[in-house]
Amino acid sequence: MNQENENEIIITTENLNKWYGQFHVLKDINMEVKKGEVIVIFGPSGSGKSSFIRCINRLEEYQGGLITVDGIELTNDVRNIEKIRMETGMVFQQFNLFPHITVLDNVTLAPMQVRKWKKEKAEELGMQLLTRVGIPEQANKYPGQLSGGQQQRVAIARALAMQPKIMLFDEPTSALDPEMIKEVLDVMIELAKSGMTMLVVTHEMGFARSVADRMFFFDKGQIVESGKPENIFSAPKEDRTKLFLSQILSH
Amino acid sequence: MTEPHISPPEVKVPALAWIKNNFFSSWMSTILTIASVWLVYVLLKGILVWAFTSAEWDVVSVNIRLLLVGQFPKDQIWRIWLSLVLISLIGGSALSLWGRSSKTIVFGLAATPLVLALIPGPLVHKYWMVGMTIAGIAGWFMASAIGHKARSFVYTGVVIWFPITLILLSGLSETNALLPTIGTNLWGGLLLTMLLTVGGIVVSFPLGVLLALGRRSELPAIKYFSIGYIELIRGVPLITILFMAQIMLPLFLPANVTVDRVLRAAVGITMFSAAYLAENIRGGLQAIPKGQFEASHAIGLSGFPTMSLIILPQALRIAIPMLVSQFIGLMKDTSLVAIVGLFDLLGIARTVLAQPDFIGLQREVYAFISIFYWLISFTMSFVSQKIETAVGLGER
Repeated sequence: MNQENENEIIITTENLNKWYGQFHVLKDINMEVKKGEVIVIFGPSGSGKSSFIRCINRLEEYQGGLITVDGIELTNDVRNIEKIRMETGMVFQQFNLFPHITVLDNVTLAPMQVRKWKKEKAEELGMQLLTRVGIPEQANKYPGQLSGGQQQRVAIARALAMQPKIMLFDEPTSALDPEMIKEVLDVMIELAKSGMTMLVVTHEMGFARSVADRMFFFDKGQIVESGKPENIFSAPKEDRTKLFLSQILSH
Repeated sequence: MTEPHISPPEVKVPALAWIKNNFFSSWMSTILTIASVWLVYVLLKGILVWAFTSAEWDVVSVNIRLLLVGQFPKDQIWRIWLSLVLISLIGGSALSLWGRSSKTIVFGLAATPLVLALIPGPLVHKYWMVGMTIAGIAGWFMASAIGHKARSFVYTGVVIWFPITLILLSGLSETNALLPTIGTNLWGGLLLTMLLTVGGIVVSFPLGVLLALGRRSELPAIKYFSIGYIELIRGVPLITILFMAQIMLPLFLPANVTVDRVLRAAVGITMFSAAYLAENIRGGLQAIPKGQFEASHAIGLSGFPTMSLIILPQALRIAIPMLVSQFIGLMKDTSLVAIVGLFDLLGIARTVLAQPDFIGLQREVYAFISIFYWLISFTMSFVSQKIETAVGLGER
């Protein structure tokens, strides 16, 4: 990666505000993410962290402020929304694989439908991605026949199939049994080291410590504190951050 | 250390013990068993004695052609057979592609025409029945030989078969040498029942899908039209709609415009069925988690591909049992057209009974047509169960 790309800003949110009915879930969120950065977002449940990353690919609408992704301003214009969705991949807590088609079809669906690739080309890429996440032998099974960890790895491969510039992870390991968390985190660490821009909502502090460039602590719809992992873990400035970290790290 | 391998204990129950456990386990169950056997015996005995001694089945054998095809011209019956041979060909290919898991259906469908050919009757019809079996087998092997590419042929075949059948039956023009016009007033019996059923299913299904999607639409005009249509039709009995179509509609049309009576009934049945199907499909749509929409949008699919590739295939699969119930209901509801004066299976049965020669033979005629209604309903239900297994419904 050359010098000018390294500081290129790929996501900007300015004074982002969102309400669910009367509930003010995001309050003036300002964030800038550089290309290749790995951002970990953590905070108590209901703090707005999931809502925030779901605003970035417009799965949620927002009522105030501005989001720019790779130079594209996210407006109500459907074409802009589709462009941004082609550049962002998303991995969900509940995997959300398509249960009626095979694992390989899950991965090749978007390249074939959206990019209009030929089947052979899409399947070649699909097998490459399944190999990258470590489960090429499951290609012709249905999602329901796989374990949770395997399903989440398929979901990562599916998101990568559109060759996105940004990957969004919404609590990717929260629905997994403990012994499966590692296999998913390993894939995410490999992805982070390959230079992918990643926004990860997670409470896996080991993951944050080893690969995050910056961490954001969300509480009550605001960014309470942000900084490098070493600073956040060893010397948090805010009392709320200290309290929350002590609660999740005490065991 | 090797892991110990222990087989599960074998459970073997001798036949006698099984009977004792299930039918004679206590005094109460012994009494119930004996009473039930006696009741079944009394009922069956009455029916069987009647069926084999006092029943006069002549009324059925004399009128069999009337009951099956109505007044369809005798020398044109080959058109019906040709349509059946075509569907056998398509059915054989479809089974070869998707239905290999169910041997019952494959052999059942292949053998039925052959078994029917054993029934005494004109030789020509036997040739056609054998022809159906041959066409089915030919379709099977053609599809096996072509492989996956045969799918598009089967889809096309399924879509164009019904229109082709309608053209075959109604004919091209009065003077056409090969296919002279046959008015729908001559279509009758089982033929008309099946045409109304198949036509109703084929047309009301896509309408039902559109109405179900329309009801969930975010566009108020489409949404409220769909809701209005569904609630209006569901609030009215089918027989009312049929009477409207037969008696009221001509009053609203100009004097020189006439719409075919069979067509009017078919439209009524289709409109009625579409409203119910829409609600069944909506039930399937509501069972799809929101995450499926989100995942589809997140990988860049827009509204139409999300619906057609992700949501509808899953929703329709969930709705199969409800859809088949609705189709069976539709088949039986077609008998209501007899009341507005069409000669479907029930209508023809009533005209047969009105002949002076056959007065008082209601039991024979109604028993015979009941068997047909039951056979068709049961086949639909059986096939739907097999489809459910084939698509893996209930396994996840």
